[in-house]
Amino acid sequence: MEPLERYRPIIDDFDAFLAACERPLGNAVRVNTIKASVERTLAALAEEGIAYEQADWNPRVLDLETDSPGSTWTSFHGFTHGQEEVSAVPPVVLAPEPGERVWDCCAAPGGKATQIAALMDDRGTVVANDNNLGRISALRFNAERLGATSLAVTNADARNYSLSRFDFDEFDRTLVDAPCSCEGTIRKNPDALDNWSEGHISSVAGIQKGIIRRAIQATREGGTVVYSTCTFAPEENEAVVQHALETESCRVVDFDLGLEHSPGLTEWDGEAFDSSLANAARIYPHQNDTGGFFVAKLEVTAE
Amino acid sequence: MSDERDGDGTVPETNDGQRFDRLPTTEAERTVEGRATREEVVTLFADRFGIPPETFDDYTFWEKGAGKIWIYAGDASTPLEIEAIGMTCLRTRQEHWKPTTDFVQRFGQHATECVIELEREQARRFATGEDQELEWDGDWGYLIAAHEVGVGSEGRSSRDGESEARSASNSSSGRSPREEAVEREALEPLGVGLYVHGELRSMVPKGRQRDLES
Repeated sequence: MEPLERYRPIIDDFDAFLAACERPLGNAVRVNTIKASVERTLAALAEEGIAYEQADWNPRVLDLETDSPGSTWTSFHGFTHGQEEVSAVPPVVLAPEPGERVWDCCAAPGGKATQIAALMDDRGTVVANDNNLGRISALRFNAERLGATSLAVTNADARNYSLSRFDFDEFDRTLVDAPCSCEGTIRKNPDALDNWSEGHISSVAGIQKGIIRRAIQATREGGTVVYSTCTFAPEENEAVVQHALETESCRVVDFDLGLEHSPGLTEWDGEAFDSSLANAARIYPHQNDTGGFFVAKLEVTAE
Repeated sequence: MSDERDGDGTVPETNDGQRFDRLPTTEAERTVEGRATREEVVTLFADRFGIPPETFDDYTFWEKGAGKIWIYAGDASTPLEIEAIGMTCLRTRQEHWKPTTDFVQRFGQHATECVIELEREQARRFATGEDQELEWDGDWGYLIAAHEVGVGSEGRSSRDGESEARSASNSSSGRSPREEAVEREALEPLGVGLYVHGELRSMVPKGRQRDLES
């Protein structure tokens, strides 16, 4: 927990935050509406005798009382998919519509890409990209189990992603769920901070800046880009969005979120960020008993 | 090389296993030897399983690899060199074309024929990949195995624990469990089974098999 001390000045009730980070997470699953309604999934769980709690902000997110959420009938049928509660936030903020073209540029292992497909009623195109071929096999497995027919899977570096393989040249919406230092996953992976260093944060931030810029370039004017990470480090969050504001045509926009959260920072470590970054959301583990997350919503503007 | 030429002197294309090619609509449009046509695929699903052809009106079918057919919810330029487009649905270029487990789970609820209903314990064994002796008076070959799941959500929350009583009453209602289930849209496909010699062989791939407790 030592590395997290640097966030003491920016997190309200820091002791509650630390205490939450020490507690393991429950078994969250997302209802996959490509295959079954929420109502039917709940009936199937009840039939199996599995107790559940529905998230207040999203009826499709459930916390299951079972030691093996992967060995349920709902999982076998692809009605449910193991996905952390906060991890279901970015696709909801992205708010894709059926028939649109959406790019999930760091998509493996596919929880958010299949959630995007479900939000689009599995109509349209979700380009699920990842640069790691090994992780793509997990993505493909999940996509097929969940019955997503609107996914196109590619294996490329998002930073210089080419659309030449498709017969369209821009996306309506893009999700950048960036590779990050994963501080916010500490409740799921107790060793998440083992290799923590400022040097690592700085190098991963360089990659994140490359990805967010390409995402904005590949999205149509008026389109939406959502940037998210599962980490607290402002260098990987507000500073990356600030870099996008300075180098690409976009603005940070406000969004509704039914989870308790804190506003994005407008300054960190002597560096000031654009005031619009207060529209971003920082979700801390003690606020909703979840993992940690950062989400910012951008609109692509005219050059 | 003359034996590779058509009557009109053009060299026939061969299947490139590294890319996706959209299936030709009909035989008349086929340029790659042995490639299934869209018509054949849709007809197979209709003839064997009774899945209405219009179910697939908004989908395209693609081949990548030798005989592996993919279904995609839209259209794209062909050929396409990417990792996946939609999901795998059918294995062709073999005597009996075999639907995939995941396709059957996704589209099998539209089937009206060659659907074998399993009781919960039979379904559990099917999901673990076990073969089992079962009676079936329909065609042999690939069947869609299905069972009831998530029945009657109405009033459900106040009826927890009564599922056994419910299914017991179903079996004495005079209607078959399938009729009951179809009415409530509760019959859910588990996957593909191969029925031969009084035995249903589970075709659920290893990675999709699960040990289910109930």
